[in-house]
Amino acid sequence: MVMGSLTQDAEVVVIGAGPGGYVAAIRLADLGKEVVLVEESEDLGGVCLREGCIPSKVLINVVDMGNSAVDARKMGLNVGEVSYDLDKLRKWTGSVVDGLTKGVRMLLEKRGVEIVHGRAQFVNNNTISVDGGKVKLNFKHAVIATGSRINELPSAYDLPLWSSSEALKLPEVPKRLVVVGGGYIGLEMGLVYAGLGSKVTMVEFSERLLLGADPDLAGVMIKHCEQRMDRILTESRVEKVEKSGDGYAVTVSHKGENEVIECDQVLVAIGRKPNTDNLGLENTDVKIIDHGLIDVDVHNRTSVPNIYAIGDVVRGPALAHKASREAKVVAEIIADHQAEFDNRAIPAVVFTDPEIAWTGLTEREAHDQGISYKLGKFPLRALGRARTMGRTDGMVKILSDPETNLVLGVGMVGPHVSEMISEATLALEMGATLEDLMVTIHPHPTISESIMEAAEVAAGSAVHIIAPK
Amino acid sequence: MYEFKLPDLGEGIHEGEVLKWHVKVGDTIKEDDPLIEVETDKAAVTIPSPRGGIIMTLKGAVGDILNVGDVIVTIEDGSGASVAPAEVPTKTEPIETPVKVETPAPIAPTVETLEVASGRPVPAAPATRRLARELGVNINIIKGTGPAGRVTPEDVKLVASGEVPTTIEPVKKEAATESDSCPIAVTKTPAMSAIPFLDLDPMPDFAKEGPIEIEKLRSIRRKVAHKMTTSKILIPHVVHMDEADVTELDKFRREENARREGRGGKLTLLPFVIKAVIAGLKEYPAFNASIDPFKEEIIYKKYYNVGVAVDSDRGLIVPVIKNADQKSIIQLSDKIVELAEGARDGNINVADLSGGTFTITNIGPIGGTGFAAAINYPEAAILGLARAQDKPVVRNGEIVIRKMLPISLSFDHRIADGADAARMVSGIIKRLSDPYTLLLEI
Repeated sequence: MVMGSLTQDAEVVVIGAGPGGYVAAIRLADLGKEVVLVEESEDLGGVCLREGCIPSKVLINVVDMGNSAVDARKMGLNVGEVSYDLDKLRKWTGSVVDGLTKGVRMLLEKRGVEIVHGRAQFVNNNTISVDGGKVKLNFKHAVIATGSRINELPSAYDLPLWSSSEALKLPEVPKRLVVVGGGYIGLEMGLVYAGLGSKVTMVEFSERLLLGADPDLAGVMIKHCEQRMDRILTESRVEKVEKSGDGYAVTVSHKGENEVIECDQVLVAIGRKPNTDNLGLENTDVKIIDHGLIDVDVHNRTSVPNIYAIGDVVRGPALAHKASREAKVVAEIIADHQAEFDNRAIPAVVFTDPEIAWTGLTEREAHDQGISYKLGKFPLRALGRARTMGRTDGMVKILSDPETNLVLGVGMVGPHVSEMISEATLALEMGATLEDLMVTIHPHPTISESIMEAAEVAAGSAVHIIAPK
Repeated sequence: MYEFKLPDLGEGIHEGEVLKWHVKVGDTIKEDDPLIEVETDKAAVTIPSPRGGIIMTLKGAVGDILNVGDVIVTIEDGSGASVAPAEVPTKTEPIETPVKVETPAPIAPTVETLEVASGRPVPAAPATRRLARELGVNINIIKGTGPAGRVTPEDVKLVASGEVPTTIEPVKKEAATESDSCPIAVTKTPAMSAIPFLDLDPMPDFAKEGPIEIEKLRSIRRKVAHKMTTSKILIPHVVHMDEADVTELDKFRREENARREGRGGKLTLLPFVIKAVIAGLKEYPAFNASIDPFKEEIIYKKYYNVGVAVDSDRGLIVPVIKNADQKSIIQLSDKIVELAEGARDGNINVADLSGGTFTITNIGPIGGTGFAAAINYPEAAILGLARAQDKPVVRNGEIVIRKMLPISLSFDHRIADGADAARMVSGIIKRLSDPYTLLLEI
């Protein structure tokens, strides 16, 4: 393709190189399509890779190791004062992100995907322009994968508060950190900074932290947060944030009473909004629904049949793995395969300490929707492997259909559950019953045995716990 | 408030296209007032309102497809809380079937229509779900044979074969008719076939060659496509052809028409052919049978419901004359006129479109010297009539002019053999050639 103001033809244009866009581009190329990938940033990989999932896990891993080392003193590990070298930590994080970003570029280039850097704008239902006309592309198909960005605190637009993006760059470890928002991002980052030495105050609007998770799962994690954080304020609302000396004064209202919290930094983690403005969608017939989301059908097709949308810009959880799956579906549909996003479950994982994960039906959804279920809950304290690690806080629970024993949903809290949730998700996708989980041999001693055990509890034949009569 | 669900419209019918609404929101209607006209695969039907009251909501614009069981109208009838209407049967029984063969059913998936919209998706592995998509089966209406109702690949294949009490919905693919710029996105993926050598290549991009117009396969056209593919792939067709000398019969028919001038409809050859066919079917019951390949059984039907193919504006329709053996020539003649008119006007009872045991298709009025008709699955045979014409033929060593009717019998070679067909056709010819023989058998 020639750069310039000429209009070029492209079979498929993918906008955004995050875990939705770059996966779509790769799969499309593998299916024989000519793909142009347009990305605004110089680095590929999107928020996930550059300032989300990946760098946060780097920090979480290091802090977990530090915490584990301290915990292990009682087990006989001699370890001195645990401290963190921020410079090295920043470099390490950067090298991980760099390596992956370059990897993505290599994967795309090897497949002949053309990468154009710049901001894409729709001109009409068949054309985009990049950077105000630097490049114009007539496309046969387009995939919108522009993701989402962080919500800002309306009361503090002009203050240099942290979002998770800034926090991940480790500018400093503030002595006192106020985290606004007790969802998964606020919790993960709050625990990282608590581990690095900040006195953390968590401010959450609703009645408890991590409202999306079932209370019993969240409860185990909240107990740990209470030990690691200075204060946790629920049903509390940030009224205003003001500059105060070198730091900030955060006014928080709780049941009608105001309190001013002095701190050195404020981390705002109050959700994300889809990047659907500034895309020129008003020049197309693409329909936008609530909260700026793009309306799509089961094939992720927008109201314009040759324009698709995936990931955070469409309904459903704003999760990288959901975007990647949608990317593959859309690529196959464009390549004329019979594909459909018919997944039964999108697992959710929170990388707190301990980790929380769930997939399929939650108890709360079951209550809300009036779905009856049979519950099997297995506590980790009854599990050999959890004892060996000294990590007995946690559980696995399985919701199953009372009549057919079909597995409906699985929730977990404890060490390594971010890995274990995939077995549960496979069970849901395959239409597994409790028996399938019970007769599958789970290696001993592992945390994964708890899935088998929980299935046995649900089926009323547990070996390792005494069933209440 | 009364919620009216689209009722069962007859055997094998699970959806209909909205042709016309007789009411609009806010109208006050009486019980039994016409509510909606729906075109199904088989016919257009007018559905009356089961309640009186005020129309609160309507579902579906003209041209939309409604599923059986969908709430199509809510009527404020002063009954307060929403009342669930009488349950719509999920499986339809064949209409007016006097003989029911009682055999233990093999373990087979069943198909349900009601839970589609509301229920949770059925348990099935991702690969099974993909198979269903590729075979054009809506997996969520299958009740699987696996544990916890899990749908297996075998279940999907069985349903796709049409051998399960079937209310299969083909996968609805959003067709992008308005967007000619991306024809690739709307073409259906070639289905994987288990038949050796049968590989379906994707459709070429016709738009590259010149202007095209895309029409959705709907209603009767889709039904015909479905039935004919089943028929031609599943049934080993053999066609036997011959000519009947209908000179005498035609003379008799014309005289009779002249005599009956002004009384009733015109007598055609068709009722005579039906009579001749029924006599043949009684002698050779294989041609009035059906084969069940799964149970490996031949089902002989002891009733004679003869379908007559009718060319209507909406496409091919086959009204069925029930118990045709018990009707006189005149009764048959009247019934044919009545059914054909109903079929052409789109005003026919669904019950008159199903339950056939044998079909006759007559291309004669349009022309042709002979053709090989496709069997109306799951019947065993179909009789094709071409144009009766005066022809020179040899009788007693002399060339004479006789009115000859070309007939062809396409039959299922699994059930019957060529010799049977030749005998069957000879019998039909003999009866048509000699109206007096025919009359003796009536």
